[in-house]
Amino acid sequence: MSDIKEIDARGLSCPQPVMLADQAIQKLEKGTVEVLVDSATARENVSRLARYSGWQVSVEEQPEGSYRLVLKK
Amino acid sequence: MSFISRFLMSRWGPIVTGIVVGILAPVLVKLGNPGNMGVCVVCFSRDIAGALGLHRAGVVQYIRPEIIGFVLGALVAALIFREFKPRTGSAPIVRFLLGMFAVFGALVFLGCPWRAYLRLSGGDWNAIFGILGLVVGIWVGVVFLRMGFSLGRSRPAPKAMGWVMPAIMVVLLLLLILAPQFGRDANGNPTGPIFFSPSGPGSQHAPLIISLVIGLFIGFLAQRSRFCTVGAIRDVILLRDAHLFYGILALIAAAFITNFALGQFHPGFEKQPIAHTDELWNFGGMVLAGLAFTLAGGCPGRQLFLSGEGDGDAAVFVSGMIVGAGFAHVYTIASSPAGVGAFGPMSVIVGLVVCIVIGLTMRETKA
Repeated sequence: MSDIKEIDARGLSCPQPVMLADQAIQKLEKGTVEVLVDSATARENVSRLARYSGWQVSVEEQPEGSYRLVLKK
Repeated sequence: MSFISRFLMSRWGPIVTGIVVGILAPVLVKLGNPGNMGVCVVCFSRDIAGALGLHRAGVVQYIRPEIIGFVLGALVAALIFREFKPRTGSAPIVRFLLGMFAVFGALVFLGCPWRAYLRLSGGDWNAIFGILGLVVGIWVGVVFLRMGFSLGRSRPAPKAMGWVMPAIMVVLLLLLILAPQFGRDANGNPTGPIFFSPSGPGSQHAPLIISLVIGLFIGFLAQRSRFCTVGAIRDVILLRDAHLFYGILALIAAAFITNFALGQFHPGFEKQPIAHTDELWNFGGMVLAGLAFTLAGGCPGRQLFLSGEGDGDAAVFVSGMIVGAGFAHVYTIASSPAGVGAFGPMSVIVGLVVCIVIGLTMRETKA
């Protein structure tokens, strides 16, 4: 069974969302990381970092305008 | 439209933005802006502070349309692409202080990161010390970020709040066009409320409409591409990510070529436009600026673009910059081509102490 790590990075300024995601994927190595962000900039930055590190990224837009990023490896 | 947006959000976005800024900034100089100052967010904030009478340095007073364009261009892009999201509540008073001290540091050097790169590409080698200082300041900021520094979370805010900064920019545009004068003193000097320099850098400007349109265009591009002249270096140090850094390289290369083509490339240390040759404080001023911008999450241009997206905290940072620019000229903190100001070095030291205390003490509080 793979681990799931959840991160709420909503409302945080650059570069904190991407730092939190980076720490999580470094620590987990494999599994699923779910990252909540509320800006398109954080969505792109976290996605770029995850893809660069070899993780698959899917993005779900939430009803209130934030984004749930599901990172898998 | 969505194709253009996707392109600007790709790896090419910061590069295209950098090339556009690198070409248009020297063109603005050719059309009348001060030397190596096609775009300087801090210098232009200082000119706006002067035009509003927050300082009375008569040579640096003008309401710069580029700044207005940056905010309104970003607003238009954010509205079109559904990214206008009013938000606030992330340590506004600390951001105000960071804006003030960032400007103190930048005005000791005589330029924000945008102008540091533009000065370099115009052959002003004094900028090398400023850029080295900028890198060191950003590196110190990264150390604080790694230690857990955070200004805390913003919260969604009413739509109306997001319109405050764009509305202020529209008022500034009206003041620029109307230039109201309420009277003159006994010596015949205008008593304001709006002051425009009769001579000096403040009197040098490209035609209003051209400056405004270029500002709008850059604001639009930069909002889509997330262009940031401080984040570029921060991300390389922190994440080994050069996405934004390529934008800076593109800016410097394009500005060098354009300056060369327009006969504006004059290599050397001496007699550079609106610059001094004090290596230590060119370096030290930008250490402070780099640290303050990094703690606030982005360069002064980025703060303008964010405030156009409805970010009330970035708008408070911009307010801190304009008020700080007023202080910088009232208290002789800002340098001049003659050298550093009387209280410039002391202000940089005080600013560094304040920023270090902020870096060590600000942490996210749990609900």
